[in-house]
Amino acid sequence: MAKIVINQDLITNPDDLIKICPFGAIEYDNNYLSINAACKMCNLCVKKGPEGIFTCVEEQVEQIDKSLWRGITVYVDHTHGHIHPVTYELIGKAKELAAKINHPVYCLFAGHKITETAHKLLAYGVDEVFLYDDSELQDFRIEPYTAVFEDFINNHKPSIILVGSTNVGRSLAPRVAARFGTGLTADCTVLDVAEDTDLAQIRPAFGGNIMAHIYTPNHRPQFATVRYKVFSAPEKISQPTGKLTPCNLSAQALQSRITVLALKNKEKVRSIEDAEVLIVAGKAIKNQKELDMVTKLADLLGGMVAVTRPLIESGLADARLQIGLSGRTVKPKLLITCGVSGAIQFVAGMDKADVIVAINKDEHAPIFNIAHYGIIGDIFEIIPQLTENLENIHQV
Amino acid sequence: MQIAVCIKQVPGTTEVEIDKETGVLKREGVDSKMNPYDLYAVETALKIKEQTGATVQVVSMGPPQSSVIIQEAFMMGADGGALLTDRKFAGADVLATSYTLSQGLRKLGDFDLIICGKQTTDGDTAQVGPELAEFLNIPHVAYVRRILEVKDHSIIVEMDMTTTVETVEVLFPCLITVEKEIYQPRLPSFKLKLQTRDRAIPFYGLADFADKDERNYGLNGSPTRVLRIFTPEANADRELWKGTSDELAKKLAAKIHELKLLQED
Repeated sequence: MAKIVINQDLITNPDDLIKICPFGAIEYDNNYLSINAACKMCNLCVKKGPEGIFTCVEEQVEQIDKSLWRGITVYVDHTHGHIHPVTYELIGKAKELAAKINHPVYCLFAGHKITETAHKLLAYGVDEVFLYDDSELQDFRIEPYTAVFEDFINNHKPSIILVGSTNVGRSLAPRVAARFGTGLTADCTVLDVAEDTDLAQIRPAFGGNIMAHIYTPNHRPQFATVRYKVFSAPEKISQPTGKLTPCNLSAQALQSRITVLALKNKEKVRSIEDAEVLIVAGKAIKNQKELDMVTKLADLLGGMVAVTRPLIESGLADARLQIGLSGRTVKPKLLITCGVSGAIQFVAGMDKADVIVAINKDEHAPIFNIAHYGIIGDIFEIIPQLTENLENIHQV
Repeated sequence: MQIAVCIKQVPGTTEVEIDKETGVLKREGVDSKMNPYDLYAVETALKIKEQTGATVQVVSMGPPQSSVIIQEAFMMGADGGALLTDRKFAGADVLATSYTLSQGLRKLGDFDLIICGKQTTDGDTAQVGPELAEFLNIPHVAYVRRILEVKDHSIIVEMDMTTTVETVEVLFPCLITVEKEIYQPRLPSFKLKLQTRDRAIPFYGLADFADKDERNYGLNGSPTRVLRIFTPEANADRELWKGTSDELAKKLAAKIHELKLLQED
């Protein structure tokens, strides 16, 4: 059992101690200091409090044998055999991690009439593709897809499983992780692996401007989801050596309480993920006229306008244009932020852009920590002048 | 028909910083509110209630003061609710949180439909709904953007799969997580506030659950651990420009030109 134990005898100034906790989990009542349910076991009080007052007491639990779990698996995200490109990006990362701990790279591919498509995966250097090809797997339904995952994990015991943060991946991965009672970290932005095969899962956390290194010390398999355009797809290899392994599940195991009535394509809209140039309107943009100013610049550069969360909340822009953890992840060639402060929930969705230019009045705005070119100034003066200058260059 | 909605209290702002001198998280003067995505889940339940006469219960897990969001759901029209609160739930990750919610829901009754928001604004993981469904051993459909029909024993919904939309019929009991586009949440009503202000909100702890094993809750029931937290590294290769707007605009235009990103005709 892990908990924070407080040595009441050493307390001299309870008010100062309460302030240590960012989550308000330390309470002082009746001359007694205690930890309430808001505690996230971040251990900050242990680290930052005066020596000896706060101690984390964790009872030893039996350690699992990590060597029994081998292989890094990528879940193949697809609709009717059309593989989502995040899959290739994850294969690239899986190969990099696998090389460090000398593990094989697997793909788990479930669907119907997908055998031919599965060959494509081998070209990216996958060691083995496990293929569940069944008419019951034609469309995505949670129970049969979870059953496939369960069968695969029980038979092959992979150490690490990477799933794309698509709507399907974010529905399936948690379900499987819960079935195995293991951990899952969503939307990791950095992944690494330790010698003992513990996966370092790094992501923004607690909703703030903070990154957390999360790991799964005593459970296997380890699950992480990663968004599209966070990692890079590997080069194809000319002489693939991997193999396809067909797998079967009984009709009983593939039963579902869900019936798929229709599958239709959504209206194709130009998405910010595909734009090479993005001009991002932040909180400073308050109305349509100001947004038009940004749009004019985007049009001139053949790019698109993207926005931060406040503009979605104010109804000024469509949610599909939002960058960030609650929006999309983008990796354009050029990204110019206009009046964006740079909260990490936003930064996590754009910090992989090739060139980041930030324009903001406040020179202490966190966006300047990640911008390649930080411009301290007024967007309402700079943007119109920039647009004019670019039009002039254009005409020369 | 019995509907349960899972809601969570989140910080009112996402601007949290680490104090550079002490390394401590700063959360002074931070307000709390109901997770904005949960408002859509509550609204969805209330819409179904209007159509079918269903009963809507809300459930949350958090410290005692988070019961205010249950009151807020009452003001929107929820019929009842409970808060799952216990020191032993502290430090829960997604798995332990989902498990605690599943125990709480079992305590509250038998539900035909459980509705969750698609994610929270503090964790942004979108994992609790699917994990909860697994612990309740019922099917789930995530990212529901439209409800087409509520029948006696099933519900027909559209699942947003980004480039495609899957229309599915799911038998009750089941769980759905809903997108923002599903319905516009109503505002809390003053009339309901007066009517419900004395309505009791029961607090349930570990002792009330069927599974009383401490190892399944809080940090003990959490397979993941936070090894460390840190502020992101600043990009080392960067320039800061100051000057008049005119100078800055010229300099940026030249840079864009240099990067060859200006569209050719």
